Amino acid sequence: MTATKGKPGQQLYRNARIMDPASGLDMHGDLLVQNGRIVRTGKNLPPPKKGGAIVDCEGHVLAPGLVDSRVFIGEPGGEHRETIKTAGKAAAAGGVTTMVMMPDTSPVIDDVSLLEFVRKTAKSKSKIRILPAAAITRGLQGQEMTEFGLLRDAGAVAFTDGHKMVDDAQVMRRALTYARDFDALLMAPHRDPSLGRGVMNAGLNATRMGLAGIPREAEIIPLERDMRLVAMTKGRFHASTLSTSASVEVIARAKDKGLDVSAGVALANLTLNETDIGDYRTFFRVSPPLRDEQDRLAMVEGIKDGTLDIICSNHDPQEEDTKRLPFAEAADGAVGLETLLAGALRLYHSADVPLMRILECLTVAPAQRLGLKCGRMEKGARADLILFDPDHPWVLDDSELHSRSRNTPFQNARFSGRVLKTIVLGRTVFELKDQH
Amino acid sequence: MTSQHSPKRPLETDASAFQLPGFTLKHLLGMEGVSPRDITILLDRANAMVDVSRRAEKRRNTLFGRTLINLFFENSTRTQSSFEIAGMRLGMDVVNMAVQTSSVKKGETLLDTAQTLNAMRPDLLVVRHSAAGAAALLSQKLGCGVINAGDGAHEHPTQALLDALTIRRSKGTLEGLTVAICGDIAHSRVARSNIHLLNAMGARVRLIAPSTLLPSRVDELGATVFRRMEDGLPGCDVIMMLRLQTERMAGAFVPSAREYYRYFGLDSARVRLANRDAIIMHPGPMNRGVEIASDIADGVQSVIVEQVEMGVAVRMAVMEALMGAPLDGGDDA
Repeated sequence: MTATKGKPGQQLYRNARIMDPASGLDMHGDLLVQNGRIVRTGKNLPPPKKGGAIVDCEGHVLAPGLVDSRVFIGEPGGEHRETIKTAGKAAAAGGVTTMVMMPDTSPVIDDVSLLEFVRKTAKSKSKIRILPAAAITRGLQGQEMTEFGLLRDAGAVAFTDGHKMVDDAQVMRRALTYARDFDALLMAPHRDPSLGRGVMNAGLNATRMGLAGIPREAEIIPLERDMRLVAMTKGRFHASTLSTSASVEVIARAKDKGLDVSAGVALANLTLNETDIGDYRTFFRVSPPLRDEQDRLAMVEGIKDGTLDIICSNHDPQEEDTKRLPFAEAADGAVGLETLLAGALRLYHSADVPLMRILECLTVAPAQRLGLKCGRMEKGARADLILFDPDHPWVLDDSELHSRSRNTPFQNARFSGRVLKTIVLGRTVFELKDQH
Repeated sequence: MTSQHSPKRPLETDASAFQLPGFTLKHLLGMEGVSPRDITILLDRANAMVDVSRRAEKRRNTLFGRTLINLFFENSTRTQSSFEIAGMRLGMDVVNMAVQTSSVKKGETLLDTAQTLNAMRPDLLVVRHSAAGAAALLSQKLGCGVINAGDGAHEHPTQALLDALTIRRSKGTLEGLTVAICGDIAHSRVARSNIHLLNAMGARVRLIAPSTLLPSRVDELGATVFRRMEDGLPGCDVIMMLRLQTERMAGAFVPSAREYYRYFGLDSARVRLANRDAIIMHPGPMNRGVEIASDIADGVQSVIVEQVEMGVAVRMAVMEALMGAPLDGGDDA
């Protein structure tokens, strides 16, 4: 990886296929950046002023940098899994220029001082933008609300209990109600703690393998509950990671009713299914669990038709000690920052989802939902960009991952499409080395 | 709801022999439904009682020899003392029933208590209870006048009356004033009684609170709801702060005291948003630094101490009116 220091002045990205999902722009041309901001796009733009740089994009796609709404980082408290620095490197290699960090750290990000510490650390240690989400409840205990107002003023981009949902309906109701006054977004996964106690999707495979199943209802019931609570409180809510076809229907109904809800899906649930677990392969143990092919196709359809808004990596680094265990004893979670774009492009190559829609779900859709002014290429916007070749063939070698943990379900997987360059505020923060 | 008006049910005690001209109440259970005329009678009489309390000889034996029972199921030294002093200034025999040591602790029901009390032939009963509707229940079972001194989150009518008297003495009238009630509306009987009284008297009521402290459809009681002090305070003539119970700041309704103070505490910057001559009220006891800054509580716009003084006068007036004592009687005793 080479990171060239951004020069003051201008950079001209030439000969690119410019794709901006926010405006629908898809053209062959040039893009001019000045002082870290986008100046203009167009055909045959004049060369930059003296001292400026020209980058030949060789016809590859130039798009907004990815915005990842759900990333777990070990720092503070679990630096052996991932640090802010290594997560930043992994993100840059995956084309992610802004990511939302989950509060499941030790200590938990549930007060202003820790939030400020994390923001400061992220700024000094990571070249890409890391925005912490704060916990909904103190210590992620599901009981007492955190200081939404003070935390939001201190820069919490959203509120979530990370891996956990808020089990107590009254607490969730009050959190949605209180958050509304501060225009704060609540995000949550849906897995009922008692019903969802299993280790893989409930069904024939789990039965055959002798593993405890996680029924779809463990997701659908709390999701339905939260939709009712959103209707009751008029709160703002994002269902972080859905996995069943029925969940997509629940979201569609909620949106029809005009509720302020959005929904996300982890890349794993769009590209893999439970049969990938094969011979008890724990790197495929994720939460929400991989479901069957019908569910996967329903998630793809949801992304295509707009019922689902956001694709996230659900990046969750786990060390060997928690993964090299019998399936039922292993931890949930897979790293995903570095395979987010390449994995999502599978849906493009299979002709399931148009490339522009995939980019939308990875850039402007999460940015808008989080209230961030990025993920778009308009004049004056942050020059957070990726250059990628959608057809570049490669095989993932986990030893080349930048993440400190290597629990990827895509070891030795073949991909078409790879990030060539990642740019943050006009500075190149990742550049793919020449392939041998 | 139980009627607190006299024509519907005759009373058994001698007190019913008196009837104040134009005054319709035999109990004071709440401000909901009380007419502007009854409120005005009470406030006018209370205003006269202020002078009684300010002179050296504070006795006024209009209700001499009658029995007042203070029945407080919740501790409240301030309110109980206020009723006690009011009763004594009117010449009544005042008995404080200490619930902590009474048979209530031994499992007696509220209705058993009522029957027992009835047998003692009181003339007035003042009751505070943690359950909404407790005062109304007692009024149905007792032969004497009942004054609600607070029933759960329902009503606290004498507090609303003393607030109204304080405002009237400062502003001259209630009509047309804009009054902001700020804080824990959801659990507040003071807020409910004030909403009813102020609406009856033609004031405009605003409620300012985080959504978690606003009960469902509270605007339909007659108020405009705001969720930010900055939105609700401009144009206000009166700022009425409510106490936030400590246990409610621990994350259930509000995340913390410091966040509450940051967004809903009354400090000098926020006071300046209201009208320049706005008065500041608090039913007490105050949480300084939680809902109100100390310098504001003690500042020139604060009428918080005056509220306490008005409390005795209002309670004297309510007792006399319920017992039908004429205003000009008793002072020579």
